[in-house]
Amino acid sequence: MELLSPAEFAKDKLQAVQDYTLLAVQSVANAFRRPRYLADTVYQADLIGFGSLPIVVLTGLSIGAELALNSANTLQRFGSLSLIGQLVSVGMVRELGPIITGLMVAGRNASGMASELGSMLVTEQIDAMRALGTDPMKKLVTPRVVATVFMLFFLTIISDLLGLFGGAVISTFLYQTDWHQYWSTAWQILVFQDVFMGLMKPLLFGFIIATIGCYYGLNARGGTQGVGRATTQAVVASSVLILVVDLLLTKLLMTIFAYQ
Amino acid sequence: MSAPPSTAQQTLQSTHEVSPEVVVFDDVHLSFEGKPLLEGISFRLPRGETKAIFGVAGSGKSTILKLALGLIKPDSGRITVLGEDIIGMPEEQLFDLRRKIGMVFQESALFDSLTVRENVAFRLLEEDNVSEEEVEQPVREALSFVELENTVDMFPSELSGGMRRRVAIARAIITRPELLLYDSPTGGLDPVTSTTIIELIVKQRDVYKTSSLLVTHRLQDAFVMANHYFDRKTNRMQPLSPGTRSEVPMGFLILRDGKIIFDGDVHELAHTKDEYIREYIS
Repeated sequence: MELLSPAEFAKDKLQAVQDYTLLAVQSVANAFRRPRYLADTVYQADLIGFGSLPIVVLTGLSIGAELALNSANTLQRFGSLSLIGQLVSVGMVRELGPIITGLMVAGRNASGMASELGSMLVTEQIDAMRALGTDPMKKLVTPRVVATVFMLFFLTIISDLLGLFGGAVISTFLYQTDWHQYWSTAWQILVFQDVFMGLMKPLLFGFIIATIGCYYGLNARGGTQGVGRATTQAVVASSVLILVVDLLLTKLLMTIFAYQ
Repeated sequence: MSAPPSTAQQTLQSTHEVSPEVVVFDDVHLSFEGKPLLEGISFRLPRGETKAIFGVAGSGKSTILKLALGLIKPDSGRITVLGEDIIGMPEEQLFDLRRKIGMVFQESALFDSLTVRENVAFRLLEEDNVSEEEVEQPVREALSFVELENTVDMFPSELSGGMRRRVAIARAIITRPELLLYDSPTGGLDPVTSTTIIELIVKQRDVYKTSSLLVTHRLQDAFVMANHYFDRKTNRMQPLSPGTRSEVPMGFLILRDGKIIFDGDVHELAHTKDEYIREYIS
């Protein structure tokens, strides 16, 4: 691997940030321009949404169950086992549901997008598309971004519900708490701010997953090895970015909503 | 496809009647990572002519095609395609211009997740308000031109290298472009398949009078094109009689170290005194 001077390294990174920003802005702007690739968007929504459903169902259920299992032990010590529904509910809806779903979808789809677009790039299919008079940004990137944002929103809702269900099963069958009490406390504790925070995040995470996946795919260099590298980088970058954005967004929304 | 002229001889004569340039390169320079790739490239492609571009690997032949298509921008110089200056042209306008140009890529570059029908019809399906039924006939005609009508529902991975190249030609010609760009269309193919591809290019040149730039390593392919015409009666490529050779709309361009060292016809090429070119063509 070629060694770069610090100046060249910084220039490369700055260029990458500029290219990513341009791609991200264009992907949104193209959603309001013709031609609109509705069929491609629906196809991607099916691939991303329904394709990710099994892992989202499994992780949602297990995270909710694990959260209940871990917190029940602590709550029992303080004689507050009845609060378990509230704890699982707030934890899942505000934080764990969006972030776990985001990371799962990033692992599955950012890699898929990077490898698919990367393979198209190295086999000159992207150039062929441009040569045929079609804008790859409109045809390939925008449908993926729109589909991921749209589907991740609903996948997160499914994950939240299944997490709550997993928590209910654990608290009812292992700790003998009342099923109805669990659900009524879980429901009552939630306020608008919690739900808003929990549903705001998947919109941003979906955007990050799709744009990062497409960016690394469209910038793959060095044949099949380069495609492999782009795939790995897409998963790592999107996962890290999701965690960082989650932290910043949580703090921002907590400040806006004046959480104590 | 429109009805072609009745004889190949008529075609050969008519190609020289109108000759506004389809492609003009004027003092084009391009560097990659600080190293000059093209230095002062200037040439003209008259309407109806096919120009074969030669040069050793890495001499910038394929880059010339990508420049003509506006896929990459030169560092300096002027490029005019179909009468429009493409330097500084926004990408949106370039997409409109590219719809009048067909390109056959080195490795075909077919969309591997689409069937042959979808690949060939890609350009038509991208237009608004065009249904799959409407594109059926043009697709059949384009595939019939390359004699691959029976492959419509196959995927590119199910085709041989030569068949993929022919599908790429069908995809390039379906909208009857004014300019065709061929990037090593016979590269990596056996001699029989190469001849089939060359025959299709000659057919496109002589029957539809399409201007084209052809990048190739195989000198014999270009000589075959310069010495043959397409006979519609036999539906085959036929050798020209010695007196008619100069009427073939065929030019040659040889690159060396990023510069053009030869630009002329087959007669001039055969009588050149340049040592490098003589060695190259021997």
